[in-house]
Amino acid sequence: MTTLDTGSRTQAALDRQAVEQFLYLEARLADENDYDGWEALWTDDALYWVPADSAGSDPLTSVSIIYDNRRRIGTRLKQLRTGKRYAQAPPSRMRRMISNIEILGVTETGDTEVGANFLLLEARARGTQLWGGRTTYRLRAAGGGLRLSYKKVVLVDLDQPVPTLGFLL
Amino acid sequence: MTDLMDPLATGSRYDRLIQPDKVHGSLYTSPEIFAEELAKIWYRTWVYVGHESEIAQPGDYVRKKLALQDIIMTRAKDGGVHLLLNRCAHRGNQVCDDARGNANSFRCPYHGWTYRNTGELLGYPYHQGYGGRNRLDLGLGAVPRVESYQGFVFGSFAADGPSLAEHLGAAAGELDRLARLSPEGRVELTAGWLKHRTRANWKLLAENETDGYHPQFVHGSIFSVTDSPIGPLYSEKSTAVVRDLDGGHSENDLRPEFRRFAEPMRWFGTTADRVPDYAAAMRAAYGDAADQIMIEGGPHVMIFPNLFVAEIQVFNIQPVAVGECVQYSTAVQLAGAGKLNQRLISQAIGSIGPAGMLLADDTEMYERNQRGIEARDPEWLNISRGMARERTDENGFTVGAATDEVGMRGFWSHYQQLMETE
Repeated sequence: MTTLDTGSRTQAALDRQAVEQFLYLEARLADENDYDGWEALWTDDALYWVPADSAGSDPLTSVSIIYDNRRRIGTRLKQLRTGKRYAQAPPSRMRRMISNIEILGVTETGDTEVGANFLLLEARARGTQLWGGRTTYRLRAAGGGLRLSYKKVVLVDLDQPVPTLGFLL
Repeated sequence: MTDLMDPLATGSRYDRLIQPDKVHGSLYTSPEIFAEELAKIWYRTWVYVGHESEIAQPGDYVRKKLALQDIIMTRAKDGGVHLLLNRCAHRGNQVCDDARGNANSFRCPYHGWTYRNTGELLGYPYHQGYGGRNRLDLGLGAVPRVESYQGFVFGSFAADGPSLAEHLGAAAGELDRLARLSPEGRVELTAGWLKHRTRANWKLLAENETDGYHPQFVHGSIFSVTDSPIGPLYSEKSTAVVRDLDGGHSENDLRPEFRRFAEPMRWFGTTADRVPDYAAAMRAAYGDAADQIMIEGGPHVMIFPNLFVAEIQVFNIQPVAVGECVQYSTAVQLAGAGKLNQRLISQAIGSIGPAGMLLADDTEMYERNQRGIEARDPEWLNISRGMARERTDENGFTVGAATDEVGMRGFWSHYQQLMETE
């Protein structure tokens, strides 16, 4: 587990407004299936993780819904861009709300760790689905803006059967 | 409508609904037929429930489903595996709330009745109300017959009937093939389960698992962006075959393709040099046979009605309603395979589950298929592909070309037999 320096001895956490703006941008790009825009947010050492069963599952010894390094994020998006990723062709229509944003501290690598709750409404032919949970983000200042190095999404119903999740969570 | 329900028509109802080259849409949409399936298939024949490695130690238990039944799979003190029904004998409350754990007994939260992990009633509070201790001949319900093969635990609600070995028939050899991929000859399913809710009839899944016709189309998106070698296995030119293993079981036998290349671990998308520890362990365990095992790879077999092994992935399909089921899926773990097991997990979760780059698309097809079948015309689903070119192999099984619907026809033949048995 990464240790968090919640003080400001080594590196200050990012400004709250900048963090919020970034979270909202990331959410909108995902909602609008803007694959290029969303992919550009990630750092090269990115990790995108949606655990199954419990938030504490070890991703190396147990299955996750998603456990993508940067390369696999790229593969996932390439598949979506073919237009024949049928789980997202046609794409879902979505809007998500983000709230309860907490700046949790700074990781050893200098990333700002942020927690937030979300509610997401997904509409497609199968029906309309409500998704919800809590996300942990790690944000890094790079090239005059912010980038995303880590996103872990813990669904509230991660231990229950869930429908196809083909969109960007 | 045709005269499917005409009481004057000859032959059984299922004779009319299931024909050699086509099956009727109502088989996927009728609540009455689903209820009959529960009685004649799910609560009678052998159904896959879980794996012994999930309850390795005495006292271990894990919650499972067997169709609509909530099951507690337990390991007793003597090592025996029990499939208990999660229902107190007193008032029907559920006695087990946790998904898994270790306990020698289960205590109903409602009135404190307590059961051993074999189902036997141990006690009940304020026993004078029943005339004292040990006066009630009540216990948890249990699946009467439990047997396992290569650690795969099956249950049958029929007190008598074919043994598991008889039920599995030739499909048992496919589970042996899976186990032989382990240097210790042992498979473990200890990586947890993805749970994928699917709004489709369970039979659409069972039929699709060994359908070699769909991959190029449904999975073309992922094959094209990863330069996957899987696509050609299911092409018109493929030398792979689909085999009806009898008993409703079927397989895509990909070995002819892998033998042609004769490259160990090609089936896993790698080479023996890149997994040196595993290759060495296999050669130490199996000697000269090791390379052939690593060339031929894992099985791709659908075991009737609900166990699907796709090389390194295991699926447990359980129905919920006529138009809904759940796919439980996990990565195979091979005892003694060391670090390869992490790769098995990583590769599996790229493919399976709600976000899998293969299974999410299969599942989209199942759900659109279910909606499509609601259309009134045509009433039938065609299963005739390859009827004119199927043949009998050296072991007497019907085989067809890689993209033929031989497996589906075998499925329906067995299904009909079960549904016509009172």
